[in-house]
Amino acid sequence: MVGLVLVAHSAGLAAEAAALARGIAGADTPVAAAGGTEDGGLGTSVDLIEAALRSVDQGDGVVLIPDLGSSVLTARLLEEDGRVVVADVPFVEGAIAAAVAAGAGVPLSDVLEAAEEARAYRKL
Amino acid sequence: MNADVFVAWFEEAARLVRRDRERLTQLDAAIGDADHGTNLDRGLTEVRAALAGSPPETPAQVLALAGATLIRRIGGASGPLYGSVFRQMGKSLESPVTLAGFAAAFESGVVALERLGKAALGDKTMVDALAPASRALALAVRDGVGVREAFEQAAKAAEEGAKATIPMQARKGRASYLGERSIGHEDPGAASAALFMAALAAVVT
Repeated sequence: MVGLVLVAHSAGLAAEAAALARGIAGADTPVAAAGGTEDGGLGTSVDLIEAALRSVDQGDGVVLIPDLGSSVLTARLLEEDGRVVVADVPFVEGAIAAAVAAGAGVPLSDVLEAAEEARAYRKL
Repeated sequence: MNADVFVAWFEEAARLVRRDRERLTQLDAAIGDADHGTNLDRGLTEVRAALAGSPPETPAQVLALAGATLIRRIGGASGPLYGSVFRQMGKSLESPVTLAGFAAAFESGVVALERLGKAALGDKTMVDALAPASRALALAVRDGVGVREAFEQAAKAAEEGAKATIPMQARKGRASYLGERSIGHEDPGAASAALFMAALAAVVT
């Protein structure tokens, strides 16, 4: 299965979004949270993202979903062509769409496409 | 320019950022999240410790270690942004370092920065200080001026570039959420970038 890492400025936001995505996509879906700095502050930690990445990497690729600012910049530093990709999507909607697709066992490009479709979802 | 000069560059940059920490944070308080001075001070303190802990042998290794440390130790956007500049410079720089070689490596660092941040001249970011500095170095190489004068011209170009961000409207980062209210404030990233260039000029003069 394709793995997902949710990268947010806050540990709580990342953890709750990951719990929500797993709740909707299925508990076996490899979704990890990498929120905040290592000392528990607001921000981004490349070490936390790398650890999360390793924990969800089953060999089928990993999608990083950042919230904004330094999360995006740091996630982009970890991109590996065709293996680790950053999704340019709304954080919650993108995470859920990607998790549902990943849980269905589709390949990396399809997970990314599902996440990107979330950008066009209208709530009303 | 040997590895010692590059270590001295980061030591002087750390000193200047420490000296101007409050000013950088005040600039960031106006249009950002008020942590630029603190973040960069902490990151450069870590860089100094890393360089002292395992002194690199080549300029490229100094740059690579400094870049990696900034990426790992700064939780805000300045970590990956400055980190990618120095990491890319480290990849491009060959020993022995000539002014032309330095200018080319610096240019590749600025290109990596522009690519990562998707920022261009006029977006009110550190690019507005570093791109003019890079151009000044390229012109200095073309005109055959000495290293000392070249770095002084680069520092001057960066300082002018930072000041030129005052009337700009931000198009990147947190400041961009402020729209027209970002006008009238110097960009903190451009201000700190000017300090890096001033530090470089200081260690070769």
